[in-house]
Amino acid sequence: MQKILIANRGEIASRIIKTCNKMGIQTIAIYSDADKDLPFVSEATTSFRIGEAPVGKSYMNQKVILQIAKNEKVDAVHPGYGFLSENASFAEEISKEGIIFIGPNPKTIQMMGDKILSREKMLKAGIPVVPGSNKELMTEEEAVAAANSIGYPVILKASGGGGGIGMVLCEDEKTLLKNLETTKKRAKTYFANEKVYVEKYIQYARHIEVQIFGDKAGNIVHLFERDCSIQRRHQKVVEESPSPFLSEGAKEKILQAAVRAAKAVGYENAGTVEFIVDEEENFYFLEMNTRLQVEHPVTEAITGMDLVEWQILVARGEALPYKQEELVSKGHAIEFRLYAEDPVTFMPSPGHIEVLDWGKGDTRVDFGYKAGVAVTPFYDPMIAKCIVHGENRDEAIQKASGFFDHLQLIGIKTNAPLFKNILNDTDFKSGKYFTNYLSVKRFN
Amino acid sequence: MQITSTMAGTILQINISVGDQVENNQEIAILESMKMEIPVESQEAGKVKEIKVAEGDFVNEGDVLIILE
Repeated sequence: MQKILIANRGEIASRIIKTCNKMGIQTIAIYSDADKDLPFVSEATTSFRIGEAPVGKSYMNQKVILQIAKNEKVDAVHPGYGFLSENASFAEEISKEGIIFIGPNPKTIQMMGDKILSREKMLKAGIPVVPGSNKELMTEEEAVAAANSIGYPVILKASGGGGGIGMVLCEDEKTLLKNLETTKKRAKTYFANEKVYVEKYIQYARHIEVQIFGDKAGNIVHLFERDCSIQRRHQKVVEESPSPFLSEGAKEKILQAAVRAAKAVGYENAGTVEFIVDEEENFYFLEMNTRLQVEHPVTEAITGMDLVEWQILVARGEALPYKQEELVSKGHAIEFRLYAEDPVTFMPSPGHIEVLDWGKGDTRVDFGYKAGVAVTPFYDPMIAKCIVHGENRDEAIQKASGFFDHLQLIGIKTNAPLFKNILNDTDFKSGKYFTNYLSVKRFN
Repeated sequence: MQITSTMAGTILQINISVGDQVENNQEIAILESMKMEIPVESQEAGKVKEIKVAEGDFVNEGDVLIILE
């Protein structure tokens, strides 16, 4: 593999370029008009403008991306996360051209991308899933019957959904009926799939996910868990590993279930199996993400592995570089997603970054922007991921506090003040938090 | 009276039809921007004369979405 096209932008494009440089692989970056001044454009070996800022005219434009890949005779395409990373037809089109898609095969992507299908598959494999409707809800009667059988509150979800968009919490029948048609309509607009279903809403829940990896020979390993319970709008804000909440016994069961889930679908490359865990440590399969995850650096910090390198090795047909028993989790890592947003209302706050100084110290910062450029309203508001690693959780928290005390970012609002509040919060410090943490805490 | 977009983003949902009477502060559409669903509210009461966008359309900040009479 000599040349890889990166079908993504910002920090993840920079992240992939780093590993490619280390491995002596040339990189092709693609960028929209809005991103022409971002670091990843100049970091790549070669860069191509692909179009105007809106994603439909740039990072989601399969035809243009495929044409560049062909013209440049690349060996592989790395989709990063978001955009086309979980688009089975894109993966298929790439493969048809004799180019390697760095990810699982299109069939796996398709099955796992449809939440109703993936729930069914997991149930068959003996993995517990969140109680819910196991088929598409077509009519009001079906929706009401499904919700009644699992009990309110329920979450109404788009089967083709993701990224926290299009989920509605329904406390009662009236809310469910009020939202059924609009949720279907929006699912169609947004995900081109109008199938919806309901799931039991677990109020005091932890979001625990497991990094898994598979190779072409059918070997599957896990690289431990990540606790991503601190969220706003069902989108992750802080992720850590090990989970400060799980007992060793429950953790082992969850890790093994994730490996079983991956084996059930013959999983290849990097993937994440997400679970919801209740207060009694009962765990339920939520979904599987068939790509490199935003929060993969947490796993890299505790294992010392380079997951992008693993992805490339596996994609070119090599075996997993390590066996399960050789993988060890060391110390404690926490990642903070620095967003361009108001730290209290979480409203997006795009604009020009005037001053940006990450400070000194050993905090890993995967950033997509630099001083002098603008965070535009066209994409995700994430400016950077800040990852601390300590010998234990207390040390990691201490390092994070030091990092945010010294971070200087002037020009736009960010959620850095929120992190300072979280790091000072007794419940966070003692590891006592659920997915509703940010909605009940109301820091200001 | 025009209702304009406060941010660049994608029209996720339109809650009204031509001819509808809307109230002040009524949520008339939902815009998705930077992975956030942002309600678009009417700043005045009035009757919907024209809807300039469709669900799924990309709009820029300041684009006219709806015209009231």
